[in-house]
Amino acid sequence: MKPLNDVIAACPPSGIRRFFDIAAEMDDVISLGVGEPDFVTPWRIREAGIYALEHGYTTYTSNAGLAELRRLICAELETRYDAHYAWDTECLITTGVSEGLDLALRVLLNPGDEVIVPEPCYVAYEPCVAFAGGTPVRVATRAEDGFAIDAAAVEAAITPRTKAILIGSPANPTGAVQPVAALTALVRLAEKHDLYLISDEIYDRLTYDGVHTCLGAVPGARERTVVLGGFSKAQAMTGWRVGWICAPAPVAELCVRVHQYTMLCAPHVSQIAAVEALTSADGDVRAMVADYDRRRRVFVKGLREIGLDCPEPGGAFYAFPSIRSTGLDSETFAERLLKAESVAVVPGNVFGPSGEGHIRCSYATALPQLEEALVRMDRFLQSL
Amino acid sequence: MREILELLERDSTLSHDTIATMTGLAVADVTAQVRAWEAAGVIRRYKAVVDWEKVEGADAGEVMAFIDVAVTPARGVGFDDVAQRISRFDEVRSVYLVSGGHDLRCTVVGSNIRAVSDFVSRKLSTIDRVQATSTHFVLATHKQDGDNFAEPETDHRLPITP
Repeated sequence: MKPLNDVIAACPPSGIRRFFDIAAEMDDVISLGVGEPDFVTPWRIREAGIYALEHGYTTYTSNAGLAELRRLICAELETRYDAHYAWDTECLITTGVSEGLDLALRVLLNPGDEVIVPEPCYVAYEPCVAFAGGTPVRVATRAEDGFAIDAAAVEAAITPRTKAILIGSPANPTGAVQPVAALTALVRLAEKHDLYLISDEIYDRLTYDGVHTCLGAVPGARERTVVLGGFSKAQAMTGWRVGWICAPAPVAELCVRVHQYTMLCAPHVSQIAAVEALTSADGDVRAMVADYDRRRRVFVKGLREIGLDCPEPGGAFYAFPSIRSTGLDSETFAERLLKAESVAVVPGNVFGPSGEGHIRCSYATALPQLEEALVRMDRFLQSL
Repeated sequence: MREILELLERDSTLSHDTIATMTGLAVADVTAQVRAWEAAGVIRRYKAVVDWEKVEGADAGEVMAFIDVAVTPARGVGFDDVAQRISRFDEVRSVYLVSGGHDLRCTVVGSNIRAVSDFVSRKLSTIDRVQATSTHFVLATHKQDGDNFAEPETDHRLPITP
């Protein structure tokens, strides 16, 4: 047989997989390893989906997605973040941010282009860059800085091949929210070196201290920025697979071109449910965000009380405590914790080398479970 | 401060310590505020939501009925005196003045259908100025005071996801 695609074959499987396999065979596991809300999609949104099925909205939509949904998304970006996009030429509906990221990278990159990826970061960033023919270039961020992106470190990584910088804020796995100063510095760099910016803002509404900054609204950013967003996290709609891209018209147009041949359109029913999410579910979203915030406070305090150093997570639903004080590496820590106390966490090194020495704990879990997890983790730490 | 009430209304077993962490307030302030609310009757009492249908033993549950009551109002008090006379019975769980065909809507519980019927015919309908009653027995409780009694939805999430 002839060899399969070199780039894909060379891409290692996600480091999360091994832990999934161990955890799946155990009983009584408290999982802090889940990257999705424990809330089910709010009923009014599900009900809208059922209505859509009942009434036969089971067809294709236009490639770019329902006009009503695109109008609502652009209106929301404008009122919430003062970011301005034309719904008809600068916005398209994707099957989640995952597809949006893939489209953006395919449209922006030529073979061999480099994309700077500050890490630790979401596990798909580097593989998606590679699949799009690019080369990911890691730039470390540090817990001591609250995982803020250091523009000087980014600039040091820029080469003549650099095409774009890919960031996520609030971030998976660190929960870090990039300070406005860091975002502005990145925009200045992008202007100076003529780079594109890709901003994964799936956790935008899950910002607890202050208001989220949309990168597309930072002065100077708009013409070179692709903003990715969606409904999976704040609206608890992971399985509906619906997200969006907002980008300057020439970029958005090419994104639609790839999308029309590869995905055709996002699921019609999901788009109708997303319309409902934006028109009537804001109260549900605010209630869920308030709950995450309360759990965040209880859980982060608890982690510190059992002796783990934990940078303050300003967004998303992850705490990323350091386990360096135990002398264990993150994989060993996570595996031993799972086997000894049936608490599943994700080792930080799967999110990049700078994640080593940390574990990702999701607090998208009911409070009693979080409290029990803290008791078990405390017992585990005492046993070391 | 309103957030404290909302949290307690959902789960009155939360410790003041936890509430303080959740809200970013000092524990002493939470305690002082809750005590003040208790004293002022803002927080009337703490209780559990019981799904009696799940309690072992066939007659663990009570029968519940909605009773609509038509009342002749009286000068000076309107319906208040009759409403208060009805409210004082232990069998009566709630009394509302409502718009529509009747005046008061009450919730009444009893050990069985007979007990509720007796209460209505002997006590309720014989109160002065009660003109008529209409009784609706509850056959099943699906949701009560914001608590859905259906089985909680299964968590379909995979244990570890990126």
